[in-house]
Amino acid sequence: MSALEKSPETAGRAPLMTLGGVSQVFHTKAGPIRAVDNINLSVNPGEVLCLVGESGSGKTTAARMAAGLARPSSGEVAFDGTDIWALKRDDFTTFRRSVQYVHQDPYASLNPTRTIQQTITAPLLKHGVVKTKKAAVERATELLAKVDLTPPENYLSKYPHQLSGGQRQRVAVARALTLDPKLIIADESTSMLDVSIRISVLAMLGRLRDDLGVGFLFITHDLAIAKYFGWHGKTAVMYLGRIVEFGPTPKIINAPTHPYTRALIDAIPEPDPDLTKTKGRESLRSLEIPSLAHLPSGCTFHPRCPLFEDGLCDGAVPELVTIRSGQSAACHVVARDGVAALDDEARSDEPRA
Amino acid sequence: MSTVTTTSSSTRAKRGGEGKPLLSIRDFKVEYRTGSGATVQAVRGVDLDLFPGESVALVGESGCGKTTLGLGLLRLLPRLGHASGQVTFNRGDGTEIDILGLDGRDLRQFRWRDAAMVFQGAMNAFNPVLKIRAHMHDTMRAHTKFTKQEIEDRAGELLRLVRLEPSRVMDSYPHELSGGMRQRVLIAMSLLLEPEVLILDEPTTALDILTQRSVVDVLHEVRERLGFSMIFISHDLSLAAELADRVATMYAGRIIETGGVRDMFYRPRHPYTLGLIKAVPPIVGDLPDMESIPGGPPSLAALPPGCTFNPRCKYATEECKEEDPPLLPITDEPGDAHEAACIHWKDVHLQREVPSDLGNAS
Repeated sequence: MSALEKSPETAGRAPLMTLGGVSQVFHTKAGPIRAVDNINLSVNPGEVLCLVGESGSGKTTAARMAAGLARPSSGEVAFDGTDIWALKRDDFTTFRRSVQYVHQDPYASLNPTRTIQQTITAPLLKHGVVKTKKAAVERATELLAKVDLTPPENYLSKYPHQLSGGQRQRVAVARALTLDPKLIIADESTSMLDVSIRISVLAMLGRLRDDLGVGFLFITHDLAIAKYFGWHGKTAVMYLGRIVEFGPTPKIINAPTHPYTRALIDAIPEPDPDLTKTKGRESLRSLEIPSLAHLPSGCTFHPRCPLFEDGLCDGAVPELVTIRSGQSAACHVVARDGVAALDDEARSDEPRA
Repeated sequence: MSTVTTTSSSTRAKRGGEGKPLLSIRDFKVEYRTGSGATVQAVRGVDLDLFPGESVALVGESGCGKTTLGLGLLRLLPRLGHASGQVTFNRGDGTEIDILGLDGRDLRQFRWRDAAMVFQGAMNAFNPVLKIRAHMHDTMRAHTKFTKQEIEDRAGELLRLVRLEPSRVMDSYPHELSGGMRQRVLIAMSLLLEPEVLILDEPTTALDILTQRSVVDVLHEVRERLGFSMIFISHDLSLAAELADRVATMYAGRIIETGGVRDMFYRPRHPYTLGLIKAVPPIVGDLPDMESIPGGPPSLAALPPGCTFNPRCKYATEECKEEDPPLLPITDEPGDAHEAACIHWKDVHLQREVPSDLGNAS
């Protein structure tokens, strides 16, 4: 059906996690709200899938479904090829252990009354990864070293309030690693950290991906971070609960095709005064993000889209279709005219080196 | 036409005291009392000039004293904070005001009329039970003798300037507006009394990308129309690249490098500024080599001896542990506005790859 299903990643490797036609509908007084609407995604072992979008785009809801923290209203969440909601109790526990979640706020996600040692050894002992307390402490020491908290002995007896934001986030990652996960879901995990620290935390996560072969579902609103962490992986751009563009990260960043992705990329200021002042910027037709309770008809981006065509865009919901190799977008105009139509307009006034 | 448009940037430039800074800060210090007689110095001797029409960005990691400096300039420090030094504001008519000596009525007049602040976290800056109209009227009534109608007109005009529809916004409560709208209302409010200086604390942090863009565009526009000067505080270097004429990097309560925006981004000469620039991934082009700055900013209660950055600095030598270097002009490039506080500045160079392949992916 959609382009995503047709090209299920690199052939040969079975995806670790698949979201197949997944939706999440919340029933509120204002009527049903489709927070996530029929999305298809998959993450391969050791691969990074970035999920980017603005607040309210459904990134976190999608992640919660992937983690098995919320049950989709429809569609299937499969881990290692099996529907997680059809698993037996024991198997579900195994699944839960294989998928770990690293939250945004390391000030809220660590128990303030537990030392780092208690925080990390608790899951090890509870899940029987190690038998004795001594072995647990040894394992905790190894894990702290793995997340660059060295020497680990200095950190074991500390409480979260004695650590900086970056250090806390590293502890949260070490805790996520206690149960040897195959997939880590990082939900805005670096957005609260200072710029100087962010890169080192991302580099540490990158090492885990390469050395331990952990897959990542990496959620961020910051495309520059998605670019840095997910360069060798794929990126899906979400808007109002749907995926509007999907493809290899370098393509999404440097050659976006969907008008929404293009608007996002254009809007970001660059850390370069000449470049940021001369960057071509298309203006949107409206600044207002529609409410999820009253979505516009057809393509939900149409009231803001610079490519809007009356009768075409407000009619049917656009499908995610392949625009060029490996890259797909859900846009009527781009699907009809192809990339050629895009390249000779707005992009051409961008500065070229 | 009306009050807003009378003060265009050209008339602002003709203000008295030509060539003199609007705001002149000398040896500015802020101390916080931390209990039982102990104090911590959060700002440790800042010298900074703000010239008419100029936009200066204060950048640095959290805990470097950026916000404390901003609050201190408007005398908005919490009770436990104490500011000292010299802050002079040069009114258009040639009078000079010693801000730290202001009291009562004079201080109230200085705020909003001469200088206003746009706070971080737009929601907390409003009274949640008052409509935007009440916020506008309260502010104007406290500072002017405008009639109701005049206030309505002025507020409406400023709201339109920040691209908001007055009829919709004036009757809304703060919670009914989106984050970006609230931030724009705050900017409009801060301009009610035509201040010459606007201090903005993280004006776009926590906003979505497209919303952030609209706030940045609005700031560009209103500054062009009204010609005020601004000091904006941001941890986002890209925003500084976009909005600033001049950049000052703060570290451990001091300015450690300052210069024109192009000097700072293309030729940073302090290892800390260099480190910050290298830690920000650009969005266009190939995957760049990123580098983080090891460690974190020092505790202000226990600063390392010598240059406060030396424990994190890869250029550091034994000499750096002896003395905290003063901010001195960079002498090997044209112009004299670039200053750095580093004894090794001659060795600090940024290798910047030219962004390539903007249109095509690899």
